[in-house]
Amino acid sequence: MSETNTTSAAPSILKVRHLTTRFKTDRGIVTAVDDVSFDLAPGETLGIVGESGCGKTVTSKSIMRLLPPRVTIIDEKSDIQFQGLNLARVPEKTMRTVRGDKIAMIFQEPMTALNPVFTIGWQLDEAIKYHLDLDKKQRRERAIEMLRLVEMPNPEKRIKEYPHQLSGGMRQRVMIAMALCCEPDILIADEPTTALDVTIQAQILRLMEDLKRKLNTAIMLITHDLGVVAQVCDRVLVMYAGRVIEEGPVHDLFHRPRHPYTRALLRSIPKSGRKEHGKRLPAIEGIVPSLTELPDGCRFQDRCELREQRCIDEEPELIPGPDRRPVRCHFPLDGGS
Amino acid sequence: MWAYIFRRLIYNVPVFLGILLFVFAALRVNDPVWMYLGKGATQEQYETKKKEFGLDRSYPVQYFELLGDVVTLNFDQKSWGQEGLTVGELLGSSIKPSLAITVPALFLTSIISICVGLISSFFRGGKVDKTLVILAVLGMSISFLVYIILGQYFGAYKILKETGASPFAISGYEPGIGNWAHYCLLPVMISVIVAMGYDTRFYRAVMVEETTRDYIVTAQAKGASRRKILFVHMLKNAMIPIITRIMITLPFLIAGSILLEMYFTIPGMGRTLITAINDKDFPVIQVFTAMFAALFILSNILTDVLYALVDPRVRLS
Repeated sequence: MSETNTTSAAPSILKVRHLTTRFKTDRGIVTAVDDVSFDLAPGETLGIVGESGCGKTVTSKSIMRLLPPRVTIIDEKSDIQFQGLNLARVPEKTMRTVRGDKIAMIFQEPMTALNPVFTIGWQLDEAIKYHLDLDKKQRRERAIEMLRLVEMPNPEKRIKEYPHQLSGGMRQRVMIAMALCCEPDILIADEPTTALDVTIQAQILRLMEDLKRKLNTAIMLITHDLGVVAQVCDRVLVMYAGRVIEEGPVHDLFHRPRHPYTRALLRSIPKSGRKEHGKRLPAIEGIVPSLTELPDGCRFQDRCELREQRCIDEEPELIPGPDRRPVRCHFPLDGGS
Repeated sequence: MWAYIFRRLIYNVPVFLGILLFVFAALRVNDPVWMYLGKGATQEQYETKKKEFGLDRSYPVQYFELLGDVVTLNFDQKSWGQEGLTVGELLGSSIKPSLAITVPALFLTSIISICVGLISSFFRGGKVDKTLVILAVLGMSISFLVYIILGQYFGAYKILKETGASPFAISGYEPGIGNWAHYCLLPVMISVIVAMGYDTRFYRAVMVEETTRDYIVTAQAKGASRRKILFVHMLKNAMIPIITRIMITLPFLIAGSILLEMYFTIPGMGRTLITAINDKDFPVIQVFTAMFAALFILSNILTDVLYALVDPRVRLS
């Protein structure tokens, strides 16, 4: 894979090259993320989509180095360029100055991601304290200001409350406030709306959009929900079994998927006003192959409608296609779903 | 808060009355006066003795008298075993030696095993953790008696014989701060070593559970250091099981360690109670047992109140 795969015209703030993350398990070493490369431009929203276990979360946690060190191996060829640092290699101490300050993260489960025995104010204060040189009173003001920014009613009162006193949506707002209080360059959001109900989801997504514009933060949005991607992302990376299989601007990719997997994913979204009303929703047959028993050829082969002998014999490379549309397929589609 | 404590006290009144009734009945299954006098006593001696201690009255009267004594902390009953001493005097003289050993022992054990548990859980699966777990299992597999005897032999006797100096007494007790290290340090250390095996494993399990929580990753993502995560985030969350563990042992602080007190001839509560049992010293046994029951109930209430202080999710209403 070469630099030509990368697509952004603007200078990128984060350059990930050949990111490979392995885990030591009881059944041997498993490669969860395999040679993933992508760029993130300032202020851009990049969606990373795929089924459970495809490596989306491991990709984001590898960038933040939040994986348990004893069982995780980030391969030496991995290069994560951010502000002149290779995040795959810098010492833990340097990493701590990046986390929360320059790259922040929010998680899927707002119910458990906050520490239950500390107040909201304490937890916001902690996030500010590590990175900004403010005294206690200024930090408190900053915390209230952030809660106001995420449209939390009554912030002065809320900072004295505990997580269990807030609803799921409110907790996710606290998480966002906490992530953004040092105005990071990048916000990694790992399934931020999955645990919330639909109306709250929409509010949180709108809030993230607003804040992104206000603070010019680049967002890496990890999700399995293509609806969310369509709503907020500029560009999408589709992952399958630890590999990037397709990449492109959202509009293009949704209208002209080039990988059979992407097309199948898009087909399985229920659409209102669809002609085939009353028919079963098309689903992708089969399951993602286990990372311990990957096939030799294309990883999607046994679920692919277009499989040929070549797909079984030989794994396709990520081919830099036209119009910033790389795809990992021997027989890419040329558009129309 | 005060209303809550008051309510808990009220709820526990029937519990205490029940326990007291049980103690009361258990001590009368075998006639305490016959037990005390032995087989050779005459009927006359028996009747006089019974009258002297008021045991000829009806059970309800005796029960309420015991209840009254415990509630008003009236310990003026005469001991049957120790001539001329009251139960209160025995309590007063034996509680200090017990506390001189149990309080430092609990304090040291808890602090050391919480720290070891934290470290062990942090390096879970690694060499440090494995070594600590093996040591803990080894430690708890050896009998208390072995530690006492080895401690007395190597810690006190051997040093005295080979150097002539006597930093630790083989046994015995003298009151006073100046004498504390000489008489109490060795039993305290033995007690810490014995308890550490169990406690370390317990605290490790508690902490290991906390390391899997999502809030740990959130704290890391904020840029918190490992030390902050370990000693602030995890420790406060682990406070509930820690408090429970410590509070369970609280009544034993006062009850004292029977084995240690017997072997080191320390005149504490445990030793006094054993002596009383051997002497069939009925008033001492009855009051001590009733007081321990009350202590258990009080420490349970205290535990609940402490829960509410460390965990905001626990509501006192």
